[in-house]
Amino acid sequence: MSYAATHDQHDDHHGAPKSFFRRWCMSTNHKDIGTLYLIFALTMFFIGGSFAMTIRAELFKPGLQLVQPYFFNELTTMHGLVMIFGVIMPAFVGLGNWMIPLMVGAPDMALPRMNNLSFWILPFAFVLLLSTLFLPGGGPAGGWTMYPPLSLQSNSLAYVVFAIHLMGISSIMGAINIIATILNLRAPGMDLLKMPVFVWSWLITAFLLIAVMPVLAGAVTMLLTDKYFGTSFFNPGGGGDPVLYQHVFWFFGHPEVYIMILPAFGIISEIVPTFARKPLFGYKAMVFALACIAFLSFIVWAHHMFAVGLPLGADLFFMYATMLIAVPTGVKVFNWVATMWGGSMTFETPMLFAIAFIILFTIGGFSGLMLALVPADFQYQDTYFVVAHFHYVLVTGALFGIMAGTYYWLPKWTGQMYSEFWGKVHFWNSVVWVNVLFFPQHFLGLAGMPRRIPDYNVAFANFNMISSIGGFLFGASQLIFLGVVIHAAFFSRKKAADRAWEGARGLEWTVPSPAPHHTFDVPPVIHDEELAHGNVHA
Amino acid sequence: MAAASLALASFGGVALAEPSPWQLNMEPGASTWSHVPYDLNNISLAVCVVIGILVFGAMFIAMFRFRKSRGAVPEKWAHNTTIEVVWTTIPVIILVSLAYLATGGLTSWADTTGSQMTVKVTGYQWKWRYDYVSYMGKPIEKVGFMSRLDKQSDDTRQLDSGMDPYAVKVGDEHTYLLNVDKPLVVPIDTKIRFVITGGDVIHSWWVPALGWKLDAIPGIINAAWTNIKTPGTYRGQCAELCGQDHGFMPIVVVAKSKADFATWLSEQEAESKKSPPPPAPFDEASQAAAQRD
Repeated sequence: MSYAATHDQHDDHHGAPKSFFRRWCMSTNHKDIGTLYLIFALTMFFIGGSFAMTIRAELFKPGLQLVQPYFFNELTTMHGLVMIFGVIMPAFVGLGNWMIPLMVGAPDMALPRMNNLSFWILPFAFVLLLSTLFLPGGGPAGGWTMYPPLSLQSNSLAYVVFAIHLMGISSIMGAINIIATILNLRAPGMDLLKMPVFVWSWLITAFLLIAVMPVLAGAVTMLLTDKYFGTSFFNPGGGGDPVLYQHVFWFFGHPEVYIMILPAFGIISEIVPTFARKPLFGYKAMVFALACIAFLSFIVWAHHMFAVGLPLGADLFFMYATMLIAVPTGVKVFNWVATMWGGSMTFETPMLFAIAFIILFTIGGFSGLMLALVPADFQYQDTYFVVAHFHYVLVTGALFGIMAGTYYWLPKWTGQMYSEFWGKVHFWNSVVWVNVLFFPQHFLGLAGMPRRIPDYNVAFANFNMISSIGGFLFGASQLIFLGVVIHAAFFSRKKAADRAWEGARGLEWTVPSPAPHHTFDVPPVIHDEELAHGNVHA
Repeated sequence: MAAASLALASFGGVALAEPSPWQLNMEPGASTWSHVPYDLNNISLAVCVVIGILVFGAMFIAMFRFRKSRGAVPEKWAHNTTIEVVWTTIPVIILVSLAYLATGGLTSWADTTGSQMTVKVTGYQWKWRYDYVSYMGKPIEKVGFMSRLDKQSDDTRQLDSGMDPYAVKVGDEHTYLLNVDKPLVVPIDTKIRFVITGGDVIHSWWVPALGWKLDAIPGIINAAWTNIKTPGTYRGQCAELCGQDHGFMPIVVVAKSKADFATWLSEQEAESKKSPPPPAPFDEASQAAAQRD
């Protein structure tokens, strides 16, 4: 009887609601909400990208040609906030929403209504944040890190703090939902150590989110009270300490950078076995490495602060802890290569992005290792060397991971194959121009160009011009991506098979393509050979 | 390709005091300590290049040998304890060696004892102030001044100024945004202690040729030292975002022989007896009060 009652309330049980408003604004369906997240992230990607294009245009040659220095600072600040909180994080939440229930055999996310809320907070948060650009006094211009006392000079601080609170609430709700889904809704037989690595990576990421988003909220709230309520947390004139903010911020900020890369590790760990047609090498080591990286992320925050004048002992501790991260990260890279070794590889677009990810993320890891060495960091800190480093790990790392995942799962989402030709055109353009864009920035930093400056000495002109040309072409290449996705969603005539890729393993490939509105109403039966990492007990 | 450019970069370093076009690597610097970051940079870069060649090489061999189009049949194994132990242990050994080198360099940097001269550096939006505190054990009275972007750079850098940044020169040297109206003058072969603080927001005092940067933070006094080996003009910039003109507050250090420095110092002292140096534009209390408004 209770089953019948439930069934009556779900008159949409076998299909999506017809009304646009009911389907998209009131959705409690993990697939539709996942789609919303991904569309939101793509939209913000082009907004954040337009800021980047303007920055590179101003830096095209020495002298100020386009924007005033203050507006330049608004651009760098907004570019950082939008790309981190508006693109990378929502895109991963979108991928998690879409794929986690399909990968663990769950009918939906554990908390569907909260899922709706956590998405719909985001557009409001970003309207609030972006609106500051049009307000008197302009947007935030103190960098995405919002260091006081500089950030306290901004008149848009209250808007930014409220927007960050909203983003934090959204992230925490998303993380709770993912943890609840993974821990409670796995199909019978889907033991924790049989889960796909992408699910593991999201489980660990979600715990990081819950741990650190409140810390960020606390830090920005203290900024707010310092500016408007007369407190002196960070004001030395009242006994406060500007460095306290940096400690609290980076206690959030360092786990945050792993929040932005661990799910990408998970995606790559799905794609490489698929196109190598060989089980993932060292599944347990991969999961353990993820957990290690997550743990270490909590004890390395002050490596962002080597130039603030920490005591010698603190410098040494944070240097050693930071260097340790190279070990589990190295294990991951070696395991991906070992997965390829002895495989039977094909190079469709997802695999191309995955391979580019492994190489270019590793280059970002190398510069990360160099940055960990404190005396060398005294030179690198706050230069373009750092800019090159974190764009290698975030653009060719996190973003390439998202794009690899998008190409990989797009047939499952739309039921149609994307154009492999245009996918490859997008890949080759992206991978060439992103290196033209960011590799010369290493040289600029080593030669002494500080970051976050709108103008520079003529000695830096050559590499800045090369970098800008790479930037414009990389930016333009992303319009191809937009075209490929729209084509695959609406115009492609090539139907996708249920198992879109020959070597694909995992429950998501056992449901039809496109995935119907509701899947796994009846829990699936798990066969070990169906898992991407094969029989883990072997 | 990337590895090749990295290898190229490791050979790009030449002794220079200013950035040069197409410069690929860090400079060895001009102080007794500045080789430390330079050496660490080169060693760690070389280590990374070697690891990169091995890992990416293995990957490219795999991509060539194990492709389906060449009829490769996938193997079934997914585990090998020996190799996993090996590639966990070797990185640890490499890291310990790098950490050993870095620890020695950092410990020598942190030791500011035994300095023969003290200069106080204060960062303001958007200029630096230098106060000479003591030299050779004797306090220096009233030698201090503001140091800000030179007029020619300042005129040129205005939006749509129509002026050519390449025309900003001192002698043959392009000094656009790297020159000041009044440089910091210091002696060579002297252990100079800098005490660094901020007057309004956080700045960072960075002259690449000295090998380090250190934040200038309101309410905190940081200390660092240098001992410059050769006379010359060494240029740097503020390295912490400090507001709209962050890119326009360069640092110029002129290192003179001890005799020349003594002459310069006595001139400054004589001058300050005639007209006292202007006071700092803000003190911390008034700044704090301004923030509350």
